[in-house]
Amino acid sequence: MTQPISIVGAGLSKFGRQPGVSGRAMAVTAIGAALDDAGLSWPDVQVAFGGSDGSGLADTLVAELGFTGIPFTNVKNGCATGGSALFSAVNAVRSGAAEIALAVGFDKHPRGAFDPRPEEWGLPDGYGEAGLMVTTQFFGAKISRYMRQHNISADTLARVAEKAYRNGVLNPNAWRREAMSAETIATADMVNDPLTRYMFCSPGEGAAAIVVASESATKALAARAVTLRAITHRTRRFGSFEVFSPAVQGNGEPTSVSADAARAAFEQAGISPGEVDVAQLQDTESGAEIMHMAECGFCEPGEQESMIAAGETEIGGRIPINTDGGCIANGEPIGASGLRQVHEIVTQLRGEAGARQVPGTPRIGFTHVYGAPGISACTVLSV
Amino acid sequence: MAEKTAIVLEGSRCTVCATVAFPAGVMCSKCATPTAAPLDLSTRGVLWAYTIQRFPPKSPPYVSPAGGFTPFAVGYIELPEGIKVEAIIDCEDFDGLDQAPVTLVATSPVPRFAVDRDAKEGATK
Repeated sequence: MTQPISIVGAGLSKFGRQPGVSGRAMAVTAIGAALDDAGLSWPDVQVAFGGSDGSGLADTLVAELGFTGIPFTNVKNGCATGGSALFSAVNAVRSGAAEIALAVGFDKHPRGAFDPRPEEWGLPDGYGEAGLMVTTQFFGAKISRYMRQHNISADTLARVAEKAYRNGVLNPNAWRREAMSAETIATADMVNDPLTRYMFCSPGEGAAAIVVASESATKALAARAVTLRAITHRTRRFGSFEVFSPAVQGNGEPTSVSADAARAAFEQAGISPGEVDVAQLQDTESGAEIMHMAECGFCEPGEQESMIAAGETEIGGRIPINTDGGCIANGEPIGASGLRQVHEIVTQLRGEAGARQVPGTPRIGFTHVYGAPGISACTVLSV
Repeated sequence: MAEKTAIVLEGSRCTVCATVAFPAGVMCSKCATPTAAPLDLSTRGVLWAYTIQRFPPKSPPYVSPAGGFTPFAVGYIELPEGIKVEAIIDCEDFDGLDQAPVTLVATSPVPRFAVDRDAKEGATK
């Protein structure tokens, strides 16, 4: 029997380049914003989980927040770090170990960051020498095969990035706040075919924090709570296709950790993808958003071509996706992205998204984060 | 000890469920048991997924060839054993690579396959 859990606070730091501001300082800012939002202060938090990929240990933040003695566990799960931290915070409340729990993610990556070393991934040094320790190769290979199989055009790839920049213009906290035409995106330097430089997110800076509470603690707060209908977290099953894999095992189509996590989330919530009013899907690059639309159950593979052409994933469309500009417009501070997604859905469901608000009082939201090599976390939220 | 002369990728196959792995391992990742035994993989397959590496990878760790970096194809080769192996693809041009038949030409530092010229010429005739 799972306890009803609510999100009572959500906070962000600024996203994008912040010279002189450390990743840890951004985390403190995000935590402060989330606590203010909940009407709480740091001593109210009974357990915390958090992490960054390269900007320090989350548990050391107690030096800035206050030495309250609570358990604070570090999480390091690649791009899914925020999702993993939230999953742990929710489970701590569900177990009865805490009434109020916090999840935080942050990072401050310099330009051109991400230097994966073969040995950290269990690979021989030869993969580095030969030029195969390049993350973007995986994304290019996966989407190019998908486009051939399901008749997705290069124009559609460009349109997804165009939407991200357009939504970024409407989001005061986004990093990229200038619109870019699909033509500029499509004709930019090719990174790994069919993906150009403007179709990728860039290593970025930022922090996000979420406060969750038990049913009784939520009732005692004046916070505008959003109900957490489901949260799931999965690692890949046999036969998946992931970054830095020397091989893809098995016959037939690869399995998808995102499909597994999304299916389980909808099942847990008793809600179908068709009922979702606003969604955040991992958009490491435009192709990822397209594939995740189908992997998370919002369409069949191939339907994205007509859906995107018809504007169905725009803010005013049938199923608005990445209304805050996603990773493409906000950048990718690895630790923070999964919680930024949850922050955006909370903001949309409260009707507080300003110029980027989804019209018609959205009631059900969904988030999906994906990280290498094959980690995914999803949430279903409602008001 | 006899020296191996033929170029071959050394994988493994589970003695219980026949799942093939590369690189070779003792554990079967499907059964989650130490039931895998060594297996030499086929040297011919078809290109299953690929992209073009357009920019020089960061060095180190990348070691660029003597003549400097030129864009190369990289992808996954589907072998008849039921596995797709990541490899660099030798080819004269980047067109028509999908499902191209390929043959193993090197195993180090990473697997390298070349597009079968005869097959490609045959296909374009």
